[in-house]
Amino acid sequence: MTPLTEIVLLTLKVSGIALGLATIVGVPLGALLGLSQFRGRSFIVGLVYTGMGLPPVVVGLAVYMTLSRSGPLGDLSMLFTPAAMIAAQVVIALPLIAGISMAAVDGLDQAIRLQLRSLGTSPTQELFSMLLEARLGVLAGIVAGFGGIISEVGAAILVGGNIQGKTRILSTAIVLETRRGNFGLGLALGGVLLSLAFVVNFLLMRLEARWRWRRR
Amino acid sequence: MAEHNENRAYMKTCYSLTYLMLLPLVLVTCTPAQPEVLRLATTTSTYDSGLLEVIAPAFELAYNVDLDIVAVGTGQAIALGEAGDVDVILVHARSHEDAFIQNGFGSERSDVMYNDFILVGPREDPAGIRGMLNAAEALFAVATAEAEFASRGDESGTHTRERQLWEAIGIDPTGATDWYSALGQGMGATLQFAHERGAYTLSDRGTFLALQAGLSNLEILVGGRSIDENEDPNLRNPYGVIAVNPAVHPGVASEFAQQFVSWITSLEIQAQIGEFGLDTYGQPLFYPDSMTWREANP
Repeated sequence: MTPLTEIVLLTLKVSGIALGLATIVGVPLGALLGLSQFRGRSFIVGLVYTGMGLPPVVVGLAVYMTLSRSGPLGDLSMLFTPAAMIAAQVVIALPLIAGISMAAVDGLDQAIRLQLRSLGTSPTQELFSMLLEARLGVLAGIVAGFGGIISEVGAAILVGGNIQGKTRILSTAIVLETRRGNFGLGLALGGVLLSLAFVVNFLLMRLEARWRWRRR
Repeated sequence: MAEHNENRAYMKTCYSLTYLMLLPLVLVTCTPAQPEVLRLATTTSTYDSGLLEVIAPAFELAYNVDLDIVAVGTGQAIALGEAGDVDVILVHARSHEDAFIQNGFGSERSDVMYNDFILVGPREDPAGIRGMLNAAEALFAVATAEAEFASRGDESGTHTRERQLWEAIGIDPTGATDWYSALGQGMGATLQFAHERGAYTLSDRGTFLALQAGLSNLEILVGGRSIDENEDPNLRNPYGVIAVNPAVHPGVASEFAQQFVSWITSLEIQAQIGEFGLDTYGQPLFYPDSMTWREANP
């Protein structure tokens, strides 16, 4: 395996797992927030929206201090491994996915909900049906989460360490080549990163097109 | 009924998507048992130059261990050592290294190699420092002329040295914001800034040589064309290696760390260090300087 394939595969693996985990947690969480009314909801919603603007390097620093041998989870020996990068990326993607899913569900016509209730659906069924209705918006949230982590570098280099063959992903490799003065190579790696993001987004948009067509 | 079918198709897509996303997780958990690992935190100057990539494979082979190299600024490298997140550090900021030992994070510092710092600046040289033999004197001229100066400002080894030079002439330039810019960035970015703005800066020779092609506006003004022409002992840049103290951090791979220390100071590797960069730059980027080397080459 050439170093570049290795880097591309690791990039996909880390961001893929992080996106998967953030989606599994973020979508139901966002839907729940979008559908429920309770005291302090605006506070929680404010927190989620603030999280969407969380600087990745701050996330990286927090994850580093948690996973450091001198930190609370030091015994896990997770620092400078792909798992640490995944942890940081989940934290970055989660508010994006939850926030946009919440807005998508929130924006649905409330009549749908009343109709569902009149059919006697359980709360879980109601949640799933509302998510089904809001799927295009939810997908937009997942796409935003993906965009946020695939190109992220501050947290990845801090908790991953940019170790050759182990935690070097496209974004951190670009930083290294830039530091080395290999601007051309850095830019070329940037092209690879963008192409990768495009392919993933293109596949997701194919899915969107299918869903959109089915709704009509 | 149609609605129901659509629902099921949707759920199927959801499930397959979920499985697809979980697949890599399985792959990660199924990777074979981890080999032994030695973690080294070092400065960008040793890694970005390519030196460690050239010599590291020999160590991995000889001791059957993975050498994981984390290249960061000296300040961060030392912090990683203090936290026990790496097993050994290779850095260049003597005062920080001594403090590291004094605070018990390491028990012994060994000389490894040295190179030198140079003062670079715009070709027009508004402060007139070209050819000066003493860096502190040159900085005094820069301050007097209020010529623009770019500082790393990142607690790196180079930044530490720059501050010592200013202290020696009793000037605290950090308040003089007009001509002094503390960037908080790496050497490459700082040189780039100096090149674009026509500013002076202190650089290690290796990084400047490596990036020189893109820095047409800058030239070496103090320090000469090679280390042999550098007359100022205060511009010497020694690198030291310290194994993290297992008494403070029981989790560190102290045996491998000790082996790394003896390995990198051994005659064979020292000779390799002295040859690195010769063919590309016509001069070595680092000069061997371990005790073993000095005894063998008095």
